[in-house]
Amino acid sequence: MIRRSALSLAPTWPRYISRRPMLAVGAGILAFFVLIAIFAPIVAPFDPILQDPKARLQPPSFAHPFGTDNFGRDVLSRVIWGARIDLQIALIGVLFPFLIGTVIGTVAGFFGKTIDTVFMRIVDIILAFPFLVLMLSIITILGPGLSSFYIAMALVGWISYARLIRAQILVLKTQDFSVAAESLGFSRSRIMFRHLLPNALAGSLVFVMSDAVLVLLNGAAISYLGLGVQPPTAEWGVMVAEAQGFITQAWWITLFPGLAIVTLAFGFSLLGDAMGDLLGVHE
Amino acid sequence: MSAAAEISGREASRPVLTVKGLTIQVATPEGAKIVVEDLGFTLNHGETLCLAGESGSGKSMTALAIMGLLPKPMARIASGSITLADGTELTGRSERAMRKIRAQRISMIFQEPMSSLNPVMTIGKQLEEVLLEHGMCSRSEAPARALDLLRDVQLTEAEKRLAQYPHELSGGMRQRVMIAIALACNPEILIADEPTTALDVTVQAEVLELIRALQREHGTTVLMITHDMGVVAEMADRVVVMRNGKQEEAAPVRELFAAPKTAYARELLAAVPRIGAAPTRPELERTRHTVDVEDLCVRFPMRGGLLNRVNARLHAVEGVNFRIAPGETLALVGESGCGKSTIGKAMLSLVPYEGSIRIEGQQMAGLSPHALKPIRRNVQMIFQDPGASLDARMTVGKQVAEPLVVHGLASGSELQDRVEWLFRRVGLPADHIDRFPHEFSGGQRQRICIARALALRPKAIVADESVSALDVSVQARVLELLRELQEEEGLAYLFISHDMAVIDQVADRVAVMNLGQIVESGSRDQVLRDPQHAYTRRLLSAVPFPDPTRQRPPVIAREGPVGSPVRPLDDPAPRFPLAEVAPGHWVAGDAA
Repeated sequence: MIRRSALSLAPTWPRYISRRPMLAVGAGILAFFVLIAIFAPIVAPFDPILQDPKARLQPPSFAHPFGTDNFGRDVLSRVIWGARIDLQIALIGVLFPFLIGTVIGTVAGFFGKTIDTVFMRIVDIILAFPFLVLMLSIITILGPGLSSFYIAMALVGWISYARLIRAQILVLKTQDFSVAAESLGFSRSRIMFRHLLPNALAGSLVFVMSDAVLVLLNGAAISYLGLGVQPPTAEWGVMVAEAQGFITQAWWITLFPGLAIVTLAFGFSLLGDAMGDLLGVHE
Repeated sequence: MSAAAEISGREASRPVLTVKGLTIQVATPEGAKIVVEDLGFTLNHGETLCLAGESGSGKSMTALAIMGLLPKPMARIASGSITLADGTELTGRSERAMRKIRAQRISMIFQEPMSSLNPVMTIGKQLEEVLLEHGMCSRSEAPARALDLLRDVQLTEAEKRLAQYPHELSGGMRQRVMIAIALACNPEILIADEPTTALDVTVQAEVLELIRALQREHGTTVLMITHDMGVVAEMADRVVVMRNGKQEEAAPVRELFAAPKTAYARELLAAVPRIGAAPTRPELERTRHTVDVEDLCVRFPMRGGLLNRVNARLHAVEGVNFRIAPGETLALVGESGCGKSTIGKAMLSLVPYEGSIRIEGQQMAGLSPHALKPIRRNVQMIFQDPGASLDARMTVGKQVAEPLVVHGLASGSELQDRVEWLFRRVGLPADHIDRFPHEFSGGQRQRICIARALALRPKAIVADESVSALDVSVQARVLELLRELQEEEGLAYLFISHDMAVIDQVADRVAVMNLGQIVESGSRDQVLRDPQHAYTRRLLSAVPFPDPTRQRPPVIAREGPVGSPVRPLDDPAPRFPLAEVAPGHWVAGDAA
């Protein structure tokens, strides 16, 4: 059988997905949120920050399916526009820690000795503080706002990736294919990044998905505490925070952004599980 | 074997286990796959039945099915019956009911004695656990019973062993403990799944001897699963040859070896390497040397103590000299831990060493990585496990091309041509280059590794147990390929192996290693046919003959205690000077 394809899995993809409902559901949820985020101006029935004093605290109706908040803003529109911010938080909040952690973990695991000791002691120091306390202090120093949140994530979040990758590299570098690469006269960076890293990556790619959930919730928590996204921008965490005073009178203001957070997190989780299965295929 | 042969010859042989129409299915992403199909055999009281076959023949699955240990939920018995002598049906029994059968009536020993013992429990506790779990004795009697069991399996210093943990024991001792645990409840049937495959040949001989002795004493029936026809010849009364889940042939062992009826059995037996059967190799003209190793020493520092300072050294290789001419194969043989693989690694500058290694006259020792790069090309390595030595996430074509790119030897269409040529050279279709390693069989993967090693046009190749992990028929073809390549390219091979029969086939010269030093070296015929050193003799005496009519004499006992390569810093390893007993035949004497 002659088959010329770079990706051996390609021909089995459609059947693969159809046999794994978790993957389909997870990908579906994520795709849904990405689409409404992209088309927010078209999909959203109202301007998310437009206040309407006459329509304050209205329960869900045909005009306002998710109701309105204490400023008379349409909750549905705010949830839709919020997807833009929250997806951005999940993406950037994971991307930089992942990149930094992967490089540090690979280098520390491969070279060992002093480099490894230095990086692992830094990890220990960061681990010694509660995660949120560290995040909050960094953001307070830098000043509230999303960019401070991203910087704080990059400074603190890389340690999980570094530890995961380092442990993998330590195992892989003693295996024959790594020794074989060395005996073929390959440079260290080639062995590290072309051979060891692709083999070490599977675990962290799965972790990216569960980490995205944590980052999303963290972003919401930081915004809730008033250090992240500033009002009146629509962001799910901010919406929940602002609505808490009205929870007894208007449940819908908290429920819908809360549901959005939970659903997106659920989608990431399903996708993470499915990716774990998928990446295990080669092994 | 004579006692057992008597039993199998007796007409009144009593079946203790009957397997009928056994079919086992395994769930795969592609759907249910039948791994054992319509298998049937009976196990008679006191005999040894061998299930023999190559990997994937379903022999281990059969053993697990009998024990009720098939991996759930992937594998299940689709049909068939497994019955004990008293009519007890084993298929479809509940887990609870199966527990009463295991250890009391049927027990099993596995290939890896390390991973089948619990590392955090003492040997004594693990034995007592089995005895108490099955109510074989009271809690107060247990320690004494455990000690008896260890004495039964002829473990030295049995009292001391009770308090030891598995990691403190050698592989052979661990397998003895496993056997003691398996026999603790005096089962009728002992299933041994490749019990000696992970052990050195001398230890294998001792363990096989022990199983036979225990069988004589207790009248246990043994179902032995093995791929090694030498072990089959030595142990079996009857043999079932399996292939792809089906029975190919079932016959008493002597009949099978004398006149195999099926083509597959004939092929399998023909592929088994036999010591002394290989034709003599043509004499080489040894005017120059591709490999010249002088006074090679590899010592690893051992750290310990409060300050983690170097307080001892592991003398892995100590004062080794050898030379290999173009087109010549030097075989390094010895038991595990003797330093043979370390020599291979030193040749590729993968471990720090002292002494001199010259390849094609160029000194490798003391060079910077940059200066080493062009010279390193001249020597390449083929590893034991072809699966592990290939990158699982890169296509095989890219992996063969990579050394050419890195060393700047080819690019563009020339690179494509060169890779395709290499694939054809090792007997693989060139259109397979876009596939991943997991799409190939073990033998094909080893061919890919060979192609990758050949890419740099080396002058010498280190083959470290390169065929040990392969089935015999595949092994024979890979050895044939290596021989062809050697003839055409004039390659010098350093062939590292523990398998004497394979060495007998491929080697021009043989060097026997013990504790990091060469104890005997010479031409193949000198070392293997006329061994002079006590260690060589002992090693050769343990090799099983793949011929049931030839009784192997007992293994020659070890002279003195087992030495250790670990020495304090101020205690240099004693060197054993080699003396020439015949032209080219060198044997180590006493320490100088």
